[in-house]
Amino acid sequence: MTTGLFLTQLLNGVQLGVLLFLLASGLTLVFGIMNFVNLTHGSLYMMGAYFAAAGYNAFDSSFLAAALVAIPGTMLLGFVVERLALATLYTRDHLDQVLATFGLILFFNEVVRAIWGPASVYMNVPQALSGTVSLFGLPYPAYRFAIITVGLLVGLALYLVIHRTRVGMLIRAGASNPQMVSALGVDIKGLNSLVFALGAGLAGLAGLMAGPIVSVQSGMGEPILILTLVVIVTGGIGSIRGAFYGALIVGIVDTIGRAFLPMLLREFLERSVAQAMGPAIASMLIYLLMAAVLALRPQGLFPVRHG
Amino acid sequence: MASGFTLTPRSVFAVLLLVGLGLVPLISGALAQPFYVTLFTRILVFALAALGLNLILGYGALVSFGHAMYMGIGAYAVGILAHHGVTNGWAQLGAAMVVGAAVALAVGLICLRTTREGGGMAFIMITLAFAQMMFFLAVSLRAYGGDDGLPISVRSDFGLFSLQDPNTLYYLSYALLLAVLLGMRRLIDARFGMVLRGCKSNERRMAALGFPTLRYKLAAYVISALVCVLAGMLLANLTRFVSPSYMAWTVSGELIVMIVLGGLGTLIGPVAGATALLLLEEVLSSLKFGLPWLDKLINQHWLGLIGLFIVFVVLVMKRGVYGGLPAGPPTAKGRPK
Repeated sequence: MTTGLFLTQLLNGVQLGVLLFLLASGLTLVFGIMNFVNLTHGSLYMMGAYFAAAGYNAFDSSFLAAALVAIPGTMLLGFVVERLALATLYTRDHLDQVLATFGLILFFNEVVRAIWGPASVYMNVPQALSGTVSLFGLPYPAYRFAIITVGLLVGLALYLVIHRTRVGMLIRAGASNPQMVSALGVDIKGLNSLVFALGAGLAGLAGLMAGPIVSVQSGMGEPILILTLVVIVTGGIGSIRGAFYGALIVGIVDTIGRAFLPMLLREFLERSVAQAMGPAIASMLIYLLMAAVLALRPQGLFPVRHG
Repeated sequence: MASGFTLTPRSVFAVLLLVGLGLVPLISGALAQPFYVTLFTRILVFALAALGLNLILGYGALVSFGHAMYMGIGAYAVGILAHHGVTNGWAQLGAAMVVGAAVALAVGLICLRTTREGGGMAFIMITLAFAQMMFFLAVSLRAYGGDDGLPISVRSDFGLFSLQDPNTLYYLSYALLLAVLLGMRRLIDARFGMVLRGCKSNERRMAALGFPTLRYKLAAYVISALVCVLAGMLLANLTRFVSPSYMAWTVSGELIVMIVLGGLGTLIGPVAGATALLLLEEVLSSLKFGLPWLDKLINQHWLGLIGLFIVFVVLVMKRGVYGGLPAGPPTAKGRPK
């Protein structure tokens, strides 16, 4: 029983981790190449979820329609926002970037509240994935399993694109020395836009996948944005590999901690104390993990290898 | 302002702003609008917090995105102690300062380690993450209201004066603001401030000159945090309520906005910025054009307009309201100081 519960929670942790990876990979690429702190990434995730819910409800509860609206929609939105407001900030210092993207978060939150209202918007798990699958003899929700699969496939695809294609080579080159890449005649502006739109698309995908299992509402992007920042800092800023492992570590530690830490504390402490402290410590766990990592390795667990 | 006061647009603005803030309770009393005292106490409190943050943000280029956490610590020190019947303001002050300093030392040490090699980037994210950690800690404190917050039945009692009267609270905040302004002015011109500003422009050179830069930055971080703790205590006394929302990350963001809006790295800038931003919020949330649909849209979604305003400030008004004013006499070329 406990092993079963543990495995289920472990899978939930992986599922959260995979979702975080979809966001962290885009954010870390944008940071690595353009040296740009993009807090609007959480808003793009939120817009992805709203687009998905809108597509889902407009086209007769079709998940495919939701995907076709959400991913290109978020990419387009990301492209427009980048060209209109953010591209001029690439050469500014981080303070300006943080502030401008913070302002955009406030703006997007109110935009969705004005369009879709303050109440949550709902979409359902697609019919084909509404059941459970059997994993290690355990029933596990098929939709959550699908999220894990999609996330891992995206991770693999990103790996192949970045390490095996010409565009990926340019992205890697841009990450280590953007001036040199631009001096060699590569259209760095186009590359920036491409990477930004790619990141936005991944955020939209994350929003789409999360849509049926979270409540889609204004401000939903912020908690996950901050988790994503924890992932990036823990994994090593700018590194896709760091984003992947960091996301899995954060997802698993957070989920397992919340599920089992209160129980574990009850073994050592008095019941009332454990009841009060358990949730408190569990919610702080990933931040403590981050602090520990940074105290020992300020550059993160899997920093970008220069050279 | 005692030494070397010269008549420049900046100094006139500063004097007008500070004198104006000092007159608020009188004006509000004359107009029989006690609401203004509440509004402007809030402005003073946030001006104080922004002033604290400006020490590291404006003079040290350390972008902390988590200073609301220290306001929260101050507010919760008042709330939790009052909940247990300790309403003595000095005891609350002592507890808040000790806890605030301990947290700031630990958090500052970890966060500042990353500024050496990672640039300012990691510092922004980590300060944000730590503030978020505090936020969730406050949410999970069920004994103290958790998510719903904790009402404070009795305001802090400092023996000599009681904060029950709104005007007393206002003038206490005002006096603290002036005191911190003067303190900051001394600090920035002192050797300590010189080293801090030196680190801002070139930390490696300061280290090569033999300054233990980490220690200076850490000291500045702790001082700036403690000013925010103080502001948090005043805020709790003003609202007679504490909740995790005081440490929401948007509050940290707003503090930065106030500084940039007023003028980054200027002494009066944070005060001007806090006044401007909070007044703008107040105006937008109750603006009436006489067109029902437009009024409704603006009054409900004013935060979105604030968001666009922030983008505008960053893109266009780089030097801020106060920072954009000439610091010297009109004929002088360049900008002294």
